Amino acid sequence: MSMPIPRWLIGFAGVVYFFLHLPVLVLVVFSFNDSKFSVDWRGFTLQWYQRLLERPDILRGLKASLIVGGAATLISAVFGTLLALALARQRFRGRRMFEGFIYVPIVTPEIVTGISLLLLFALLKIPLGLTTITIAHVAFCISFVVIVVLARLEGMDENLEEAAMILGADEVTTFWKVTVPQLWPGILSGALLAFTMSFDDFVITSFVSGPGSSTLPIVVYGMVRKNVEPSINAISTIILLATAILIYLADRLARAK
Amino acid sequence: MTAAPKAQPVVQFAGVSKSFGEVKAVDDISFDIRRGEFFSILGPSGCGKTTTLRLLAGFEAPDEDGGEVRLLGETVNKKRPYERKIAMVFQNYALFPHLTVARNVSFGLEQRKTPKTEIEGRVQRALEMVRLNPEVFSGRMPGQLSGGQRQRVALARALVLEPAILLLDEPLGAIDLKLRKEMQLELKALNQQLGTTFVYVTHDQQEALTMSDRIAVMDTGRVAQLGTPAEIYENPRTAFVARFIGESNFFDGRADRRTGGQWVVARPGGGTFEVPDHPSVSQAQDVRIAVRPEWMDVQKPDSIPPGENALVGIIRDIIYLGETMHVIVTVPGTGDVTVALRNEGQLIKPLLWKRGDTAAVAWLPEDCQILEQE
Repeated sequence: MSMPIPRWLIGFAGVVYFFLHLPVLVLVVFSFNDSKFSVDWRGFTLQWYQRLLERPDILRGLKASLIVGGAATLISAVFGTLLALALARQRFRGRRMFEGFIYVPIVTPEIVTGISLLLLFALLKIPLGLTTITIAHVAFCISFVVIVVLARLEGMDENLEEAAMILGADEVTTFWKVTVPQLWPGILSGALLAFTMSFDDFVITSFVSGPGSSTLPIVVYGMVRKNVEPSINAISTIILLATAILIYLADRLARAK
Repeated sequence: MTAAPKAQPVVQFAGVSKSFGEVKAVDDISFDIRRGEFFSILGPSGCGKTTTLRLLAGFEAPDEDGGEVRLLGETVNKKRPYERKIAMVFQNYALFPHLTVARNVSFGLEQRKTPKTEIEGRVQRALEMVRLNPEVFSGRMPGQLSGGQRQRVALARALVLEPAILLLDEPLGAIDLKLRKEMQLELKALNQQLGTTFVYVTHDQQEALTMSDRIAVMDTGRVAQLGTPAEIYENPRTAFVARFIGESNFFDGRADRRTGGQWVVARPGGGTFEVPDHPSVSQAQDVRIAVRPEWMDVQKPDSIPPGENALVGIIRDIIYLGETMHVIVTVPGTGDVTVALRNEGQLIKPLLWKRGDTAAVAWLPEDCQILEQE
């Protein structure tokens, strides 16, 4: 049963979309603007993108972000998958409660997570740097992996593993030849989401980063505070594009059969 | 098929029990399955038939002191599924979605370290055995197959291992009637041709009667009756079996007196019927019998053949079923009794009865099945 949608509703939706995305659109457009004072259009240029390559702080930030993101993603993917398997397959007391706990890092205000992690590192006397940032990122990235892999596990035919075993495969072989291939799209999708979250994080990272360990968002924030120049638009556009591509891939994988 | 005695049973259940928490899914079952036979485990959902099969496959283990499951003489209670050398076809087929048809079929051979040179030929032959053209289907993914084709791949994946025992868990449940009938005959033919023992779980009594050499009827975790299809159908031991397999009319009474090798049973509402001598019938004992609709006849109350049991009632309805006509007679003190009459053509030789007629349902004493008390 479908009701005809009134014209004004479609128009309204259009306005909302426009409002939501206008700032981003402006950002992207002005990243190509041939003017140092980014208020009016002076013609197309790629100079702000070129300028990025000449800035060692941005390149360092990018490198830090990639290292942290890569490490946090890998750790989250492995442990998140194991956690999802434990939650889905084992029967133990409080399993439901533990499943609920998975959502806690996602809904906790980032500022709270940031402060609590900073406190923890101070207590344990761990010097702030790439290591602490990575640990902090794993702490919230792992939830995304668990949620996506759990969904995948729930959709998986439970007879598949039994079928493999009766065909002669032991538990280990069954895990690698049947379970993992079935979960693979979910693990990849969760990992891409985790990487996106890590790459974009500012608030938590700002608490636990140390001298010389600034990730890209921290560097960009520093640039904005000093002086606004169009290369900020350029780096923001690149971050936006990278994130969009990763989210798109993650979504496609999550839907994969 | 050889006529030689089949010495050792391939499968033995010896006092096997399996509980899930408080629920006894399988409750002290004991029976043997002979080499090469088509053995069905039949029962309604929740009767324990699937658990019985899973005990055999090794997906479940019997309770502590829950008896013994033996395969080819060896106790396998603690053996993992991959140590059992049996094959299984699952209800939902459980084909590996990420592997081609050929890789699905070769999976078991690879696990069992079959020489590579042998694998391809065996996969081809297995696909041909289930009537799938290897050239067409080898490279397809399970997602590209119809339900019936998946069914055949699942069967090929099991048969390619040349197992001594093949377990089938309601494999025909999800395919349409016409194809199901076809597959029933094919499965039976494969069983005879390969000499593999088939253990077939189903809730469909018609399917079990069609295919099986022997049937174990299960009810609430126990084996209610075990026998050939004819034994089960023509001589059900309990009311549950009589009701679950085919249709039956039930009559109750109390053994009153014995005359000429027959017991006269007095009905609670008055009147009597006669049943043949039976070890479980004695003086003043409650008797419950079942009579199949097709073994009964409808007669005029004043012309009942001598020696037949008869109960008078009123025809409530007549149902046209094609091969047969069901005449439903409401008998006071018993309720509705269904009589199945052969349809001799309603256009040429119409039934003489109509709704509302007073009529007697009649049957021979030897067609009474005396039921055990449950």
